[in-house]
Amino acid sequence: MWGQETLFWICSIALIACALLVVFSPSTVSSAMFLILGFFFLAGLYMLLHAFFLGVVQILVYAGAVMVLFLFVIMLLDPKIIRRWWFKNAAIIGGPLLVAALLVQVAHILRTAPWHITVDAQPLTGTLIEIVRPLFTTYLLPLEVTGLILMVAAIGVVVLGRRDAP
Amino acid sequence: MITLNHYLWVSIILFSLGILCIVLRRNTLMVYMGLEMNLNAANLALVAFSSFSGRIEGQVLVVFIIAIAAAEVAVGLAILVALYRKIQSVGTDDVRVLRG
Repeated sequence: MWGQETLFWICSIALIACALLVVFSPSTVSSAMFLILGFFFLAGLYMLLHAFFLGVVQILVYAGAVMVLFLFVIMLLDPKIIRRWWFKNAAIIGGPLLVAALLVQVAHILRTAPWHITVDAQPLTGTLIEIVRPLFTTYLLPLEVTGLILMVAAIGVVVLGRRDAP
Repeated sequence: MITLNHYLWVSIILFSLGILCIVLRRNTLMVYMGLEMNLNAANLALVAFSSFSGRIEGQVLVVFIIAIAAAEVAVGLAILVALYRKIQSVGTDDVRVLRG
């Protein structure tokens, strides 16, 4: 039986490998496919953190809905135009430099920050009721507003998608 | 022993790759994919904090982020398709209508 550590290393290394392949893959379709695969490994990490509901939502919403939308739009556009290996010339030096600066700073923070977290805090059980109860009590108003935003987004997409779009 | 820092490292590496994707690629679809990677890196950090501190609020926040990200992707891709109808391109350098 594999321990949690082995599963963590498998999931995280596979996730980062998938992310690298997304960035450096020449074809947009294979980038999207690798992103789907990466989201599966990310769901695995959520499950290792006992966030089972979020793992399932990650697969359903991201791998299932969002990335299918991506693939649908890629299919809709002209593949000749989007398949070009398009790197910005100016960004080949600047981009990695920016990312390196970010990584150095965050690495320093991660090494020095004293997280005020007790290791043996009351552990989460990972049941659905645990995450749903605050959603419908403390965070009821944000939940309703999120529903409103989703509806506005749906109407907006319909308006944008019209033939005589403004 | 896997600690909180391990998860945060995975999160920041994923975030960096998302930024790299946004900056490096000249394709608007790839920019959106980089944005998704950034959002997921933030989600991973939130879930890790939530799980290691025994508080559920982080995971509640992740639920909201996922919902807003889905709305954002839908609107963004609709804008992309509308733009493609106008200029027949998805390159970031070809969009110059807003330039004064």
